[in-house]
Amino acid sequence: MKRMVGAAAAKAVLAVAILAMAGMPLPASAQQETPAPAPTAPKPAAAATQSFRIGLVRQMPELPPWIAPLTAPPENLGVAGAELGIRDALASGRFLKLDYTLATEIVPTDGDPLPAAQQLADAGNGFILLDVPAAQLIRIADALKDKDVLLINVGAPDDSLRQQDCRANVLHVAPNRAMLTDALAQFLMTKRWRNWFLFTGRTEGDKLYAESVRNSAKKFGAKIVAEKVWDYGPDARATAQSEVPRATQVGEYDILVVADEQGEFGDILPYNTWLARPTAGTQGLMSLAWHPTMENWGASQLQNRFFKQHQRMMQPLDFQMWEGVFAVASAGMKTRSSEVGKIRAQLLAPDYDLPVFKGVAASFRPWDHQLRQPILLTHATNTVTLSPQQAYLHQRTPLDTLGFDQPESRCKFN
Amino acid sequence: MTRRILLSAGLAATAGLMVMAETLPAQAQVRAFVTNERDHTMSVVDLDSLKVIETVKTGRRPRGITASPDGKLIYVAASDDNRVEVYDSKTFKLVKTLRSGPDPELFVLAPSGNPLYIANEDDNMVTAVNVENNELVAEIPVGVEPEGMGVSPDGKYLVNTSETTNMAHVIDTATNEVIENILVDSRPRVAQFNHDGTQLWVSAEVGGTVAVIDPKDKWKIIKKIGFEIPGVNKDAIQPVGIRITKDGSKAFVALGPANRVAIVDTKTLEVEKYLLVGQRVWQLGFTPDEKLILSTNGNSNDVSIIDVGAEKVTKSVAVGRSPWGVVMVP
Repeated sequence: MKRMVGAAAAKAVLAVAILAMAGMPLPASAQQETPAPAPTAPKPAAAATQSFRIGLVRQMPELPPWIAPLTAPPENLGVAGAELGIRDALASGRFLKLDYTLATEIVPTDGDPLPAAQQLADAGNGFILLDVPAAQLIRIADALKDKDVLLINVGAPDDSLRQQDCRANVLHVAPNRAMLTDALAQFLMTKRWRNWFLFTGRTEGDKLYAESVRNSAKKFGAKIVAEKVWDYGPDARATAQSEVPRATQVGEYDILVVADEQGEFGDILPYNTWLARPTAGTQGLMSLAWHPTMENWGASQLQNRFFKQHQRMMQPLDFQMWEGVFAVASAGMKTRSSEVGKIRAQLLAPDYDLPVFKGVAASFRPWDHQLRQPILLTHATNTVTLSPQQAYLHQRTPLDTLGFDQPESRCKFN
Repeated sequence: MTRRILLSAGLAATAGLMVMAETLPAQAQVRAFVTNERDHTMSVVDLDSLKVIETVKTGRRPRGITASPDGKLIYVAASDDNRVEVYDSKTFKLVKTLRSGPDPELFVLAPSGNPLYIANEDDNMVTAVNVENNELVAEIPVGVEPEGMGVSPDGKYLVNTSETTNMAHVIDTATNEVIENILVDSRPRVAQFNHDGTQLWVSAEVGGTVAVIDPKDKWKIIKKIGFEIPGVNKDAIQPVGIRITKDGSKAFVALGPANRVAIVDTKTLEVEKYLLVGQRVWQLGFTPDEKLILSTNGNSNDVSIIDVGAEKVTKSVAVGRSPWGVVMVP
């Protein structure tokens, strides 16, 4: 999963992101660092142009030890999706005199994203998309707590941000780990592959993902029959054929569930295991918010628009950033006002729905501000299914069978 | 034909039966043309025998389908081949192809039979094409993912829905300019005028509603019709296809994965009844006499045949893979 969200040299990305923005057919206002128009005069709605100023902070993730050619992250990963979101928003907004701008800040891996977020807020960006580590996200949320700014988490999958570390000024568009592993668990149970061999990598993220897999197994009645931690080093490609069969002799199991968010070893497991068993999790059958193979429910139209604009396929982080912009834009169509408070209220309204090309509408959970949406289960060349699976019912919406439902929520705003 | 009379005999008045018997020779020739999106074919169903009498190979991914006013020509949008194909409704042979602009999905013919207005999903554009000489009449910029196309009975107004912008755009066909933008609920799919042009109906697939709009009163929304079906999750109720009877009394609304067609009273705008049809019901089409309405059921690969008077599903007929649209000609 993280593999697709992977990294490239920060400097190069920064340069390309700026170039990409400059080359975008946006109104001039999109590229200027002009101060925000005073958000004070929304009296005759729709009469004057309403300007939605959206900022974006992306901190480059740590580079994985190796990157397979097919999964090399494009330099404008994520940002490209936000750019398409702006283009879509402008195409719709022109009918109602709504204007949208994007200001992007790329922060290097060892940099500090807080000043970048503060600058964007000071420049009048009322909405800021964040793709930063969880700890940084909390710092930014607390620093901007008293500002008229809505933060949208488009990257961090940490469950803690939706539970004990939740913040009232943050909405989460990126699915959290619990949603991802619940989506996988439902499908595996539907297939009656109940006995799992859990193989965990060395990073903190891997441990959190593995914990989430254990929780999902418990929630849906699967059994983890074997567990192992990968200790064959960061790059075992050359010796995989001899090492993986040895590493996977753990007795009987139905499926190998791998927790490897950086992509260090997950992709060398399939076809190298001791038993002929499939792989799922962060590699093999992956649970994702999006994938280039997603076609149904009008998805191919979004894929085509993205390809036309960027000459490459749309990856999960691209989609999550597109969703972040689209959420603000679609709420703005209804409020016809760019006031942050009004947009926030609209996003959290009980009848708010966000059509995200997955068959059913997405919406925000009021108890932790997580976007509930279907999750894809996909391998490299096909989307196999979307969860929630049909058999999993819920009194509110089947989407609340994925992740933290209200009774499990430990989020307390303020 | 005989079978259908028998089916409805219990419900139809004797006088009604006489009328039906008199129109029998014309009736016997009614054929339904069904586009099968994932088979790249078009099924021709004989409505007398209720059998598929021909499966016509079309361009890739056929979706939108309509007929010329005289019923002689069938227009099919071959979405992945970026063209409109025109078939002879008697011989089922391809007569010609028309330009369509990229990724045509739905279209509507002007009431006079020319031009053809086509929604280009990937291009935020509506294309008008002269069906006689294949010339481009106009390209009209609209919102993101144009889809539904409706035209007023007098031909003066063209309405296009844009799925991601969530609007119905009203276009003046004299100037080909957008004159009004009506915000509706999420993912508007189909726009349909009633026969005297006093109501415009727009379905919102993800929003789960149908907006009824008054064209004479500044295109204001009179009511948003919601749907509730016991035992069916709200998420699964996704209105798509709409057809309104010529006498203006009833509207039929296809509800997608709810597997139901709703019957709505057009005066009270209340739902009167839900009919269980096949899976993921998509589009609808009347027979020329409006005694029957057919629904295309994309996931069960069949069409349901609904008796309009009796408000009952009488039969389903297997067609190709993912039936999308349907049109019937005498």
